[in-house]
Amino acid sequence: MKAKAPFSTAIAIGFGLLTLLAYFLPNLLGFLRDLLIEWALGIVAFALLIGVVNLLAVHWRKVRSGAKGVYSAVLILSFAVTLIVVAWNKPTGQWSLWLFDYVQIPVEASLMAVVAVALIYAAARLLRRRMNGMLWVFFITALLILAGSAPLYFVQGVDLQGLRSFIANALAVAGARGILLGVALGVVATGVRILLGADRPYSG
Amino acid sequence: MNWLGILWDSLGLLFLGFAFVLVIVFTLTGRKPAPRSLRDMPVFSRLRDAVGLAVEAGTRLHVSTGWGGVLGLRGLSGVLGLSMLERITRAASASDRPPVATAGESALAILSQDTWRGIHRSTNPEENLLAAQLVGLTPFSYAAGVLPVIYDEQVSATVLAGHFGSEVALLTDAAERQKSLVVAGSDNLPAQAVLYASAGETLIGEELFASGAYLNAGPMHQASLRSQDVIRWLLILVILFGAIARWVGSL
Repeated sequence: MKAKAPFSTAIAIGFGLLTLLAYFLPNLLGFLRDLLIEWALGIVAFALLIGVVNLLAVHWRKVRSGAKGVYSAVLILSFAVTLIVVAWNKPTGQWSLWLFDYVQIPVEASLMAVVAVALIYAAARLLRRRMNGMLWVFFITALLILAGSAPLYFVQGVDLQGLRSFIANALAVAGARGILLGVALGVVATGVRILLGADRPYSG
Repeated sequence: MNWLGILWDSLGLLFLGFAFVLVIVFTLTGRKPAPRSLRDMPVFSRLRDAVGLAVEAGTRLHVSTGWGGVLGLRGLSGVLGLSMLERITRAASASDRPPVATAGESALAILSQDTWRGIHRSTNPEENLLAAQLVGLTPFSYAAGVLPVIYDEQVSATVLAGHFGSEVALLTDAAERQKSLVVAGSDNLPAQAVLYASAGETLIGEELFASGAYLNAGPMHQASLRSQDVIRWLLILVILFGAIARWVGSL
């Protein structure tokens, strides 16, 4: 355990162990778990405010320095307009929802479309750069899944949908479970290290 | 409630207790003898080389911890990202251009800034402000906010360690266009699939959680890796036993 900031380390370990014990002993310590989670949510909400101030400060600096300041100015202006509209119209008001439906969702949907293009481009780049046996498996599987998902009326005699179903429900699920078990083990090990004070994502 | 019911209810606690004991035992026994050799993972040696090259060439390293926050299951991959940020910032502390951190969640951004300041202790407020940034609060606004950092900050290596979704393809694409090394790992399965196809170096599954051991973060990281191996073999035996018992039962 690192010796520096022992007070914050002790607080983190103590509250972490209490929350963990409360999860396993809900009748005895359930009230304490709920209280601690409420406190954590309050802190996270306050952290959100600090984060937004940081975001605005970074972009305000960019506006002042002039380096691609137009984009930052648009961000600050959009933030101010959204804040005013939501404060005036309430979060579920007509104009607040209009902003969400006609600005936020279309912008994010268009980025989603860009993701599809970026993935195709990345796949082509990968074929050129890192071709090996596992990559062939990856691409053939992807093609089979795509072919099995489309109504290919001109393909006769091959049960592509059955093959797709077998890959998705047997092979992919088995692989995904293996990976998730590994992730779960990693999560447990990281949690143990945090509770023992070896991993400290805080300086105190 | 019979003893079997009590045992069943305490299974989680027993499992965690076992993991605690293993980590402590392996930490204590692993200090004295020569450190055990780890499986060769070229991704970490490439990352170490990239840190050295960035310090020499005066380029920047970029660590992004995703948008998973610090609460809940998906928060732990972000914590791992913070641990990688600490190791990388420490290794590159001699550089003229210190690493930059980005996050898509406010608590992670604050902790990134805290980690960065813990090493650099800079009194320059502007440097402190830009060192760790909250770049967006939704997955796609986060991705859009990270792109300028990759394009404009002379980044030679990007480390993506945390919770991401499919939007991570935008980040790897941008980093590849800048010809910078991309080391990426996530706890999220769709993101892992996207990263496998798009990132230069991908950390699959628990490889992300092994990063501390490979980046020399301390004996407890190696001990937790050995504990994971022991528990993994136990899990394999339990799964095999369950499958055989079910097969025998169906005969």
